[in-house]
Amino acid sequence: MSFVDTQHALFDQLAQAAFAGLKPGEALNLGLSAEQQTYVRFNQARVRQATGVAQSRLALSFQCAGRKLRLALDLSGQADLDRDAVGALLERARHEARILPEDPFATPIENHGSSDHCHTGDYPDASDWLAQIADAAAGLDFAGLLAAGPQIRAAANSAGQSHWFSSDSFFIDYSLFTVNESGENKAAKALHAGRFWHPDAFADTLADAKRQLERLRRPARSLPPGEYRAYLTPAAMEKLIGMFSWNAVSYDAWKKGGSALQKLIEGGCVLADAFSLRENLGLGLAPRFNSLGEMAAEAVPLIERGRLVGLQVSSRSAKAYGVPANAAEPGEGLRSAEVRGGGLAEADALAALGTGVYLGNLHYLNWSDPHTARVTGMSRYACFWVENGEIVAPIRDLRFDESLYRLFGPALEALTRETHLFPATDTYHGRTLGGCKVPGALVGAFRFTL
Amino acid sequence: MMKKTTLAFRPAYAEFDIHQALSWIAGEADWIGLRYVRENSQRRAVRNGHPEHNAIGLSQGVMVEAWVDGQIAYAGTAKLSAPGLRAAARQAAALARASARHKPFALSPRQRPPSRGRFAGPALRGLDTLSLQEFTDRLMAACRRLQVSDKIVNAVAEATLVETLSQYASSNGADIDQQTLSVSAHFAATARDGAEIQTRSLNGPVARCQQAGLEYFDFAAIEADCEQAGRQALALLAAENCPAETLDLILAPDQMLLQIHESIGHPLELDRILGDERNFAGWSFVKPGDFGRLRYGSPLLNVCFDPTLPGGFASYGFDDAAAPATREYLIKDGLLLRGLGGLESQARLGLPGVANFRAAGWNRAPVDRIGNVNLEPGDSSLADMVASVERGVYMESNISWSIDDYREKFQFGCEYARLIEHGRFTKVLKNPNYRGVTVPFWNALGKVGNAESLQSLGTPYCGKGEPNQIIRVGHASPPCLFRQVDVFGGGL
Repeated sequence: MSFVDTQHALFDQLAQAAFAGLKPGEALNLGLSAEQQTYVRFNQARVRQATGVAQSRLALSFQCAGRKLRLALDLSGQADLDRDAVGALLERARHEARILPEDPFATPIENHGSSDHCHTGDYPDASDWLAQIADAAAGLDFAGLLAAGPQIRAAANSAGQSHWFSSDSFFIDYSLFTVNESGENKAAKALHAGRFWHPDAFADTLADAKRQLERLRRPARSLPPGEYRAYLTPAAMEKLIGMFSWNAVSYDAWKKGGSALQKLIEGGCVLADAFSLRENLGLGLAPRFNSLGEMAAEAVPLIERGRLVGLQVSSRSAKAYGVPANAAEPGEGLRSAEVRGGGLAEADALAALGTGVYLGNLHYLNWSDPHTARVTGMSRYACFWVENGEIVAPIRDLRFDESLYRLFGPALEALTRETHLFPATDTYHGRTLGGCKVPGALVGAFRFTL
Repeated sequence: MMKKTTLAFRPAYAEFDIHQALSWIAGEADWIGLRYVRENSQRRAVRNGHPEHNAIGLSQGVMVEAWVDGQIAYAGTAKLSAPGLRAAARQAAALARASARHKPFALSPRQRPPSRGRFAGPALRGLDTLSLQEFTDRLMAACRRLQVSDKIVNAVAEATLVETLSQYASSNGADIDQQTLSVSAHFAATARDGAEIQTRSLNGPVARCQQAGLEYFDFAAIEADCEQAGRQALALLAAENCPAETLDLILAPDQMLLQIHESIGHPLELDRILGDERNFAGWSFVKPGDFGRLRYGSPLLNVCFDPTLPGGFASYGFDDAAAPATREYLIKDGLLLRGLGGLESQARLGLPGVANFRAAGWNRAPVDRIGNVNLEPGDSSLADMVASVERGVYMESNISWSIDDYREKFQFGCEYARLIEHGRFTKVLKNPNYRGVTVPFWNALGKVGNAESLQSLGTPYCGKGEPNQIIRVGHASPPCLFRQVDVFGGGL
């Protein structure tokens, strides 16, 4: 049996036993997050570390008498041992429920329906594949990560709900390095991801990255801090849009005083008409059900033509604040963000920029003043000084400190017509599902400080 | 009488015998290492007087390491049966064999010494010494003390308790057993008045981190600190913005932890200097030739890697390559001496390093990690430092952090600041930030706090590696004074 089939059978078996053992007044949700991955880390086109990981994490949300307990364990794959471990956790939960104070915001465990989606993939055996990649990158200063294998998310509860999602896919997230004519390190970034391996498609990304390196070999230019016109590539935009998941579009964060979009939410300001953001689970990057099995609408508009029209609302927030839930995850971030494209053809972006900075990517973003949605971070990878629509020189990296209210407000001149898909490459604990789809952005002013 | 439910929860696991497990798989490669990790964690949080999180997590599994043709590869599994471990060992061996032709460096079992030993953290009071009821009541009480006014819109009291058992055995004779109890805590109040919102916490988000038992929770002191944090959040509502000027800057230990972490810890990681991390967190401005030569900071700067510090959040007896952990100077009298790299990086670079090759859990391969990196105390009291400043700012508790991929240009922000004028604290300042460049900044170190002012803190959230890993690190530091730093506040 495949990993996916084995996990499916185990999950069903554990769920059946756990639900059958519940006592009157008890309710239980089970969530499964599992993966069988091969992770291969490259440095200088050589294999620095190769790791296979098979892991299954079962999360239990137990409720009884208005108390809520969260429990989790790594499954061993041995059904009898796992059933005993789940039983021990539930017994502990019963003890704790007798002691803990009532949780007024615990939401009832309900039947949110059933679904079953299984996306298969096809790619080489890891042993052959790592050799293919190393050979293709031979002679290049190539550093990156191959992650490949099936990922599973499932949710079932004692009210009868049952959801299953599996996806067998891979990504190769990598950088190519060179030393430019000024003797400085420069790099280009690329991502190749999918469910089916096509060596030619990977070779195309490699060729694109090599072309970027050619431009990066020119002598670098130092720009003094200040405001510049800028073109943010979709890869740079992906980093900025990622900030919206950091307490910005969360209803709970707003009510707790932690949202960086407080002024947008409360009517103190608006963004540009050109800027629209939504959660779009129709992109197929993540399941429509969340870890509690609640089904989200395929699309949840959040910002429409610069105005806030919605926030991510978990069922707990809905109970706490008396508003409708939209099946957001408990953390109320975005699983599948999408920014609507604009009218600027990508091919015309440099001409539209005229003279300014081309930002190929950004690095290490953080709120520097959440009250004004101000974000600081660095330029990274292929960033260039552009004059009269022509790339003149790579730049030495600069620190920016800029408000999203300005950037996606009065400074936003255009978004590109083309939008690009960025599947998530985070691998903390396990591979993340989700990602985002974003255009490039032309801005009249971008503030660099160091 | 019904038995009291304490914080302790130890389900009856089938005993894992690492030596027997090793005997099942020792023949699967030229050399085999086996790391078993079991972690029982719990997170207890209350918010605005209600339970927010009561979570228990159990994790156990093994990482098999296989050495074939000069390459080590890994396979992690939670299937602890003989067939499960054999499958993992064969997968690791196959990956090692396949990648050996593409190895960057020929590794050998010399990078996995046959160390034998035990390590136990310094916890005095175990989780079985306090009832869940009392612990919850104490968190509730702390939460109430944060709520000093109706303007406090959010009050959070939270603790995470993690019991870890890590065992390591190898076919060349290593036999290591390490057990720790790690505690971390977060207490914070958010105040709001109209559009103005400010948050104040005890030492910043989850900076109170130690290897300790329940004796760490001095709830009387915590409650007093919570009340002060609530009042400081209110004070921040009415405070002036931090001015945008070049001023002398005093950083409290709870900001020094971040400053040390980002601008000393990460750039000194040898695997980073070797380029392993370039596709993710980045490279380093530090070059191999800088060790023994680079004047990293002023002569007052002394920094140690110290996994032996009792209670340090990243204290241990051996790293995950079985290297015995020892205290080493990284920077002495301002001069860079040594990097943060385990046996593999040391062999690749031909440089001395430290025992810091660590994995975040059973499902990850080890990489070079920061561990406990501490700034040695000097001879100034905080009062001396303040008195020496004509005009400056004192900042506490990190809230914002960003640094470039070579670890040079940084910008950090804090929760709370005080203006210093003519050698005295005057106004409270809100939204304090500062920026600088690593080596010039550390060379502007003008005074270092004395041993009485040293605080040992840490974070559970140090991220690094591909695949990504989050690991616990510790940083002890006194307050420090830096001359002429660019500081600024909030606003568009």
